[in-house]
Amino acid sequence: MDGQERRRFMMWKRDQGVRPTPGREGTVAPATPPPAGGPAATSAALGPESESRRHMDKDVVNIGKSVVIKGELNGSEDLTIEGHVEGKIELRDHVLTIGPNGKTKAEVFAKVVIVLGDVRGNIVASEKVDIRDNGSVDGDIAAPRVAIAEGAHFRGSVDMQKKVEPPRPAPQAETKSAAPAPAPAAPKPLV
Amino acid sequence: MPGSSDGRVRDISDLLSRLGLRRPTSAQDLPAASSSDFEEPAYASKALKKFIACLSTRPAPVLIDLGPVVGSNIAFFGEQLGCKIYVEDLCADFERHEREGTLDQFPELLKSRFRQDDESVDGVLCWDVFDHLDQASARAVATELTRVIRPNGALLGFFRTIAVGASHYTRYVVVDAENLRHRPYGTAHGRQGVLQNRDIIKLFAGLRVSDSFLLQSNVREILFRRPEYLSFGSR
Repeated sequence: MDGQERRRFMMWKRDQGVRPTPGREGTVAPATPPPAGGPAATSAALGPESESRRHMDKDVVNIGKSVVIKGELNGSEDLTIEGHVEGKIELRDHVLTIGPNGKTKAEVFAKVVIVLGDVRGNIVASEKVDIRDNGSVDGDIAAPRVAIAEGAHFRGSVDMQKKVEPPRPAPQAETKSAAPAPAPAAPKPLV
Repeated sequence: MPGSSDGRVRDISDLLSRLGLRRPTSAQDLPAASSSDFEEPAYASKALKKFIACLSTRPAPVLIDLGPVVGSNIAFFGEQLGCKIYVEDLCADFERHEREGTLDQFPELLKSRFRQDDESVDGVLCWDVFDHLDQASARAVATELTRVIRPNGALLGFFRTIAVGASHYTRYVVVDAENLRHRPYGTAHGRQGVLQNRDIIKLFAGLRVSDSFLLQSNVREILFRRPEYLSFGSR
């Protein structure tokens, strides 16, 4: 316990050295955010005003205009791309924004994807895909909610599949007994 | 004198209804979209309801939309009907080829334009795309659509019955199962001409006309269905 606490404390100190002001209460550990993105990330992604607030409140990583990345991009924080990314982008629990200058030629996996720039490749979002005015997507979208603005360009397919429930750890026997009408002739696995 | 302004309003609304034009009458008819939509009139569609009914009987329908992408249509068909939607904006392709001066290659390219498997699609929304295509392109598209559509699948098309010099495309926005909003958007390319009934039927030779409505706005709405027997080796 002591060792863990000390380690956390050391990480906090180190991070404090890199990023001088996290902007919020110091209780939030900035180095490794929790695996599931807070609700703030989702709600903030939906409006331009709240989006800018998010930028102020929270650390959002930016890939600048002149940056070109080829390969696999993984992360556990919100990301804005203004540059050029080719390959695969994976931000499973976070918001990915392709800025007006951003161009991606990649398979994208994220919680929320906001497109203001150009995306070529398939997008899989666990929550929402939002293609804004002048945003362009050439690829297939799989997300429970999809919003496409009138001036946006889109070519591909949209699949608003049902939300995939996380696998339950419950034992097999239990799920069988929970079935509403068990077949009378089938041999009972229990008892 | 007695109720002259009321009479005039009634006359105008009669005229509108005779033209096949209907204003939303209740709050229920109004879309949940932006406030600018409230000014736009809604046009009644007779075939759309039947088309939607065809889709709603399918468990996870696959839909092709040949028009430009409309966010609210995606929400309507995706969320309410659970469709997987392919957006294949043919007019945009047509425009691009015209700009690049490669229109002569367009019909040939259309033969490989649709990536869907044979008999894999439950519904096709053609809107008025065929009014804008030349004969060769129209034939290529119709052949491809007949290939991909499933037995009992439905295809909805709007065909103008008189030559109007409209030099714009129309974005069809689904308000509800019976009403559409027409949003014109610019183009350098007008309508190609009027397709006669027999030409339309010939174009979709593999499909049968399920319903046909001639609206007072001089638009023929045709709902095609693919006969079931075609899938059992009769082709």
